[in-house]
Amino acid sequence: KRAYKPISYVDQMAIHFSLNGNMILKDSDEGRRQKIRLSTAVGTLIHLPFLLPEKASVETSAVTSEEAEVKDEESTGDTQAAGEEETEESGTAEVAEAAEAEEPPPPRVKEQKLANQFNFIERASGTLNNPMRERACQSEPIPCKNFSTTAYQWEIYDAYVEELQKIERSKEKEKSKAQIAKREEEKKKGRKLTSLESQSDDITKISKAAKIMERMVNQNTFDDIAQDFKYFEDASDEYRDQQGTLLPLWKFQYDKTKRLAVTAISWNPKYKDLFAVGYGSYDFMKQGQGMLLLYTMKNPSFPEYVFSSESGIMCLDFHYDHPYLVAVGFYDGNVAIYNLKKATSQPSYKSSAKSGKHTEPVWQVKWQKDDMDNNLNFFSVSSDGRIVSWTLVKNELVHTDVIKLSVEGTTMQGPEGLQLQTLGCGTSFDFHKKIDYLFLVGTEEGKIYKCSKCYSSQFLDVFEAHHMAVDSVSWNPYHLKVFISCSSDWTVKIWDHTIKTPMFIYDLNSAVGDVAWSPYSSTVFAAVTTDGKAHVFDLSINKYEALCTQLVVAKKKNKITHIQFNPVYPVVIIGDERGHVTSLKLSPNLRRMPKEKKGQEVKKGPEVEIAKLDKLLNLVREPESKA
Amino acid sequence: AEVEETLKRIQAHRGVVATIVVNAEGIPIRTTLDNSTTVQYAGLLHQLTMKARSTVRDIDPQNDLTFLRIRSKKHEIMVAPDKEYLLIVIQNPCE
Repeated sequence: KRAYKPISYVDQMAIHFSLNGNMILKDSDEGRRQKIRLSTAVGTLIHLPFLLPEKASVETSAVTSEEAEVKDEESTGDTQAAGEEETEESGTAEVAEAAEAEEPPPPRVKEQKLANQFNFIERASGTLNNPMRERACQSEPIPCKNFSTTAYQWEIYDAYVEELQKIERSKEKEKSKAQIAKREEEKKKGRKLTSLESQSDDITKISKAAKIMERMVNQNTFDDIAQDFKYFEDASDEYRDQQGTLLPLWKFQYDKTKRLAVTAISWNPKYKDLFAVGYGSYDFMKQGQGMLLLYTMKNPSFPEYVFSSESGIMCLDFHYDHPYLVAVGFYDGNVAIYNLKKATSQPSYKSSAKSGKHTEPVWQVKWQKDDMDNNLNFFSVSSDGRIVSWTLVKNELVHTDVIKLSVEGTTMQGPEGLQLQTLGCGTSFDFHKKIDYLFLVGTEEGKIYKCSKCYSSQFLDVFEAHHMAVDSVSWNPYHLKVFISCSSDWTVKIWDHTIKTPMFIYDLNSAVGDVAWSPYSSTVFAAVTTDGKAHVFDLSINKYEALCTQLVVAKKKNKITHIQFNPVYPVVIIGDERGHVTSLKLSPNLRRMPKEKKGQEVKKGPEVEIAKLDKLLNLVREPESKA
Repeated sequence: AEVEETLKRIQAHRGVVATIVVNAEGIPIRTTLDNSTTVQYAGLLHQLTMKARSTVRDIDPQNDLTFLRIRSKKHEIMVAPDKEYLLIVIQNPCE
């Protein structure tokens, strides 16, 4: 234990060379014997000459005589010599004697004298070296963990952003005056932290990702439609000189609106793929609930927002500057504003009987510019003959009657001298894009009134437009004087508001539900009829016929109610009575821009459009002006 | 909640094979697959998403990864990363 143990043979040992040695330890018996033998052999050589001179000194006379005597004398001399030297070399003689006993007696020769008289033998001694033992002690290793990270560009950026935010927050804290406010903030932050911790695995946090994922999944399912929407251009349009087609894209439908008719469609001014659809019922007898759904083209299977209401929705409009505000008119005469940013499914503001709602269905609502106090403001028109301006003052809707549509020549003498006026029923209106106060109102009687916001009792002008109710009036987006109207009397008419008679009249063989100008050209418009067909006209190409007449809705029982052009994409959406909204892509023929003449630059912009329409109008006007 | 409904709709959509929700550490918290496959998907896709996001942000730190689609022969794996979560959907694109 604790010492080295010689192990003669180990597995791993390989013997390369072995030689049996014949070394003997000097002081051992065998070693001494060998030493003596060696030394006597040397001594005989030396002793003979040594002895002779001694003999000569003892007996010089009898030199030559007897060799035997000499020998004896030699031997006696030897013994004498031996005797003489006994004392000195007693040790060696003893050795010799000792050697004699074991071996044939070595010749009696004097041992060689050692050089060192004192018989010096080196002797040394040293202290015992203690065997080294290793003893070590180690403390418990500090727990080490490997931590590594790579300094990416974005890590650096994130760190800077965080710093910035900290600085800003500290600045805000300094700015907040009351210390109580500070404490409240901290309390709120504290609460927020605790609530965050409690929602550690909450699924609601994933709402954004879930939304994106739903759109991705839909994109996959409707992949071919998405590709069509983006890239498909009907090549055969080159061969169909003046004809175009509408390519059906997505179809939007929702369970709860299956029994409701689409009563209004509108695109969001900010997000070009978002549109709102109002659901209600045109049938007087069957009045039920209403719904407001907002769809996006990115997700055709489920609406983004769903709002329900007690009464059917008849019309809606997005605010231009605040694209999250939707004004809605109901069948029961109420108006409401929905705020998309809020999570509730109820409108943010609603009118009521007290606050001056209409007594008849509201057919159209339109946002106006904010009034002088920066309050939001919109107009509504209804069958009760009133055009009302609603202003949002301190979270309440305040109404102002703008105009009462009195029918000319129908003032009656009522009891007690009251003058009763029968009021016309407004069914649609549109405000001029540039001239702020100017607007048009279409009525059930077929008349179109040109009115001004400033004059509340008189109209600027009256157009005897149609024989039946005017379903829609719309100013041309480019030309300042032109507007279009459509009616259940099967016609679509285009007017110049300075001239009493229409410029163009189109008979579409069926009651026209809606008409809309296209946003990209001043001469293109589309109309939908109750027989399920959509008609697209381009006045610059064909003044008398539609470029495209296409059956959009499959079943004959279904009527189309509304049409809207997308402001950016070449897409129209059409709503029908079954609650479906179909999107269609316009083929290239329907979107033709004025051809460039060789050498001339292509002028772009609204001036071109206005000029285009003007040219056409002049063609029509000339004979009239002559007449 | 609304999110629950959305997830249900996604799962019920045509061609969707599975839906997995993974948290920030790569641990699946919700799945419609069996455990072992889920764990495998979660771990691998988590790493891939981290790498993809790092790549995008390295080039322009103000940019961020919106979603990741991996289309293979058999199906398509779609990953929508969030601040703290990862939503993975495996769909058979109908072609």
